[in-house]
Amino acid sequence: MTWVLNNLDLILQLTLQHIRLSIVPIVLGFIIALPLGWVAYRYRLTRGLVLTLVGLLYTIPSLALFVILPPLLGIGFLSEANVLIALTIYAVAIMARSVAEALASVDQGVKQAATAMGYSGWGRFWTVDFPLAGPVLLAGLRVVAVSTVSLLTVGIVVGVQSLGYLFTNGFQRGIVEQVLAGVVMVVIIALLFDGLLVLLGRWLMPWTRVAKSAQRKAAVA
Amino acid sequence: MIEFRSISKVFDDGTVAVDDFSLVIPSHQTTVLVGSSGCGKTTLLRMINRMVDASSGALEIDGENVADIEPVKLRRRIGYVMQNSGLLPHRRVIDNIATVPRLNGVPKKDAHARALELMDTVGLDRAMADRYPAQLSGGQQQRVGVARGLAVDPNILLMDEPFGAVDPSVRADLQQELLRLQRELGKTVVVVTHDIDEAFLLGDQVVILEKGAHIAQKGSPHEILANPASDFVASFIGADRGKRALSIQTIDGASVLVDSDGNVAGRLVESSPA
Repeated sequence: MTWVLNNLDLILQLTLQHIRLSIVPIVLGFIIALPLGWVAYRYRLTRGLVLTLVGLLYTIPSLALFVILPPLLGIGFLSEANVLIALTIYAVAIMARSVAEALASVDQGVKQAATAMGYSGWGRFWTVDFPLAGPVLLAGLRVVAVSTVSLLTVGIVVGVQSLGYLFTNGFQRGIVEQVLAGVVMVVIIALLFDGLLVLLGRWLMPWTRVAKSAQRKAAVA
Repeated sequence: MIEFRSISKVFDDGTVAVDDFSLVIPSHQTTVLVGSSGCGKTTLLRMINRMVDASSGALEIDGENVADIEPVKLRRRIGYVMQNSGLLPHRRVIDNIATVPRLNGVPKKDAHARALELMDTVGLDRAMADRYPAQLSGGQQQRVGVARGLAVDPNILLMDEPFGAVDPSVRADLQQELLRLQRELGKTVVVVTHDIDEAFLLGDQVVILEKGAHIAQKGSPHEILANPASDFVASFIGADRGKRALSIQTIDGASVLVDSDGNVAGRLVESSPA
């Protein structure tokens, strides 16, 4: 524990930095995936195309992306933007499929009822389809969050500071404790994000909990 | 008054759901469209609020062609009640009932006050206002569905198999409740069902449909039972069997009515002058 106790400041600083950098791709990925997922869900013709292309993005190795992106976008190899854009692409790759599946999971009967009530197209999307897709969206977002927190460590190879620093630096100096400290903190941040998303889901979607408890009661009765 | 004039509907896959259908649905009465599944009855109902548009023919509400009315506007002034209630699972009961008034721009407070009144009207305890649909029984959900259908005080109420998904004893309650409501409110109600007993119970006018929405017979329940127009109708309403085929037997000097299963249905008495 000596190394950890002597370097609490460094660990804290890297942890905060890691949290700050993780949030951007998670949020951006979600926002960009929404229209893509919608297009995939809405039009059968584009469904296969969009989901396959987006899925392929995930197969590009992160190191390759770090090299390809800067000349394409005119950003620096060692810039934060390079890493954040790469991670956003991965987030979109996971999330677009989730969005399409989430929208498809909404009960057809409820959608028809909403239309019969006199909801207009977009009004219905934002107030009925989107919230009801919430549970599946949330499941996708949780995967994105955990995956982003973990992937961000790779950014250290282009010099973007995060908990990944503890991996490379600890490895070079042969301090196992330092590497382990990095692993533990990454896991803790991932669990923290996951827990926060679950809480956010409960707060935004109170009906999902009553539905579950009602089902339990029905099963008991 | 709702008038169907030579309405046809051919779906994209070539299915002829409705073939040259004409009917007048009088105001302030209950008209029931009854037939087996696939006869086009739901398609007819959905044409009234333009969930489905006719391929040819004209549909008029009080002389106005629905094709000239913007669908969203049209739907917001017609009540719609469907099987499995179609409630929004993420909205509390009170918000579900207030849905259409809110869409029409009624302030939340007024819409909620009206929703609470409607809960009384359909026989729901106001204490349920804050529950989510999943916390209600099937019968309660259906009552919420009816309250929502009535929320804008529409002239027309469309009901698509409204009691199809609840168990028989609850269905009987809800049917009585609807009859009571209709006596009080006098809406133009159009009900779709496959259940001939429900049709005879609820309908002032009953329209029996065959495939392609061909009218096999229409009239009051009395007229149809007294004089089935065809073998199809006789068999559909069960005029020749079960509870409807009653015969008179004399037991100990009294005339007793017995159904075709041999069960005693009642006694024959002189009807008192109405």
